[in-house]
This record gives sequence, structure tokens and C-alpha cells, in this order.
Amino acid sequence: MDVLYFAWVRERVGLPREVIDANLNTVMDLVELLREREERYVLAFADLSVLRVALDQKLSDFNAPLTDVREVAFFPPMTGG
Amino acid sequence: MRVVVQEAPFDLGKEVEKFAGGRTLSGAIVTFTGVVRDVNGGLQAMEIEHYSGMTETALLEIATKAESRWSLEDCLVIHRYGNLVLGDMIMMVATAARHRKDAFEAAEYLMDYLKSRAPFWKREVTHNGSGWVASLEDDETALSRW
Repeated sequence: MDVLYFAWVRERVGLPREVIDANLNTVMDLVELLREREERYVLAFADLSVLRVALDQKLSDFNAPLTDVREVAFFPPMTGG
Repeated sequence: MRVVVQEAPFDLGKEVEKFAGGRTLSGAIVTFTGVVRDVNGGLQAMEIEHYSGMTETALLEIATKAESRWSLEDCLVIHRYGNLVLGDMIMMVATAARHRKDAFEAAEYLMDYLKSRAPFWKREVTHNGSGWVASLEDDETALSRW
């Protein structure tokens, strides 16, 4: 699946998107997998309360299943307007 | 209903004229425009990042909800992204309704939702460097009134 990062999450991870191929059940499993990879992911995902997640471009939550999901995006709370 | 996400500036006068012109059913047209302002002194520019694709979907969803909740003849949302400078117009909403209460309330609803439910992120550039604008607790609280 495609994993996208925006705003300071993108800056901490150091890239805007990447492809992750793994058998994962939930968003939280993906977060754990990333955290185990490298320190920059640990920093980006240090506090999940300041992060939002979208699955296939719809706002979701960290307990949501990843079944049939093609695009996951992580970003801080939105500041439009 | 029209939702536009663009990098280029928009012409407020032309947009309002186009939106308001020729209407015979709406007795009330409300417009709101958001402008890059200097909060603490020293703001030079604002960079707006967005999630292309999701932004358009989210704005359409918000506008559709506004149209189903209030008696609107039409509504318009224009939101920019990219590099903006002090005084630039960031976004605008317009609503057309038979009565002003619907037009005002729907415009406020659109504003409240697109502040914290449309995937835009603002970054302020000042003399001392730059930083991401933090979301406000108030923005979240504002949604609870709807």
C-alpha cells in the first residue's frame, strides 16, 4: 500500500510517500512496523494524540482495519480556512 | 455547488459577481474571505500544504452537508494552497439562500468545518524562521455547536 506523510510528519519521516508491503491488520500495526524500522519514525509517531490518519482519503482512526486499503496518510490536525 | 482548490490567486469581485449574478430565488448572499494576516509581527509569508484528492473530496462532502442542512440555492468554496504573502486571500466561501439566516449559518458551518476537517496545513514564515501553525482547541469546540 502507499503510505503518505504531510506537514511536520513528512518532515520528520523525511519523505512524502513510500510503498509498504506487509500483512497488517490495523493502522496501529503499521505504526508499530514503522517505529521498529528507524529512529525518524519513532520521532514522527511519538505522540499519536497529535496525529490524524486517513484511509483511502477518508479520515479514520488508529484502530481501523487495513483490509483492502490502498492508501494510508498520516498528518497533524488540519489547519485550513 | 462549486468547490475549487487552486494555487493561483482568485478575483474576489469576479467570483462574487459570478456567484450572485442572475439569481432570482435567493434573497440573501453571504460571502466570507480569509486573508493572510500578521499575528505576532514579523510574518513574511504563509505556505499551505494540502492532500491533493482528499482535499476536493472533503470540501465537497462539507458543502453537500451544508446544502442538506440549510435551505441553500447554491454554495461556493475556493481554497488556495502554495506560497502566499501577507495580505493575500487564502480562501472564500459564498452561500445563496432565500433567507439570510440560512445563508449566514451555512457559511459559518462551511468555515468551521474546513478549518479542521479539510486536509490543509499552514506553515508561517517569519524573520526568525518558520513553523507549522498548531490547530486550536477552539476550532474543535466550534464543531460541537453544529
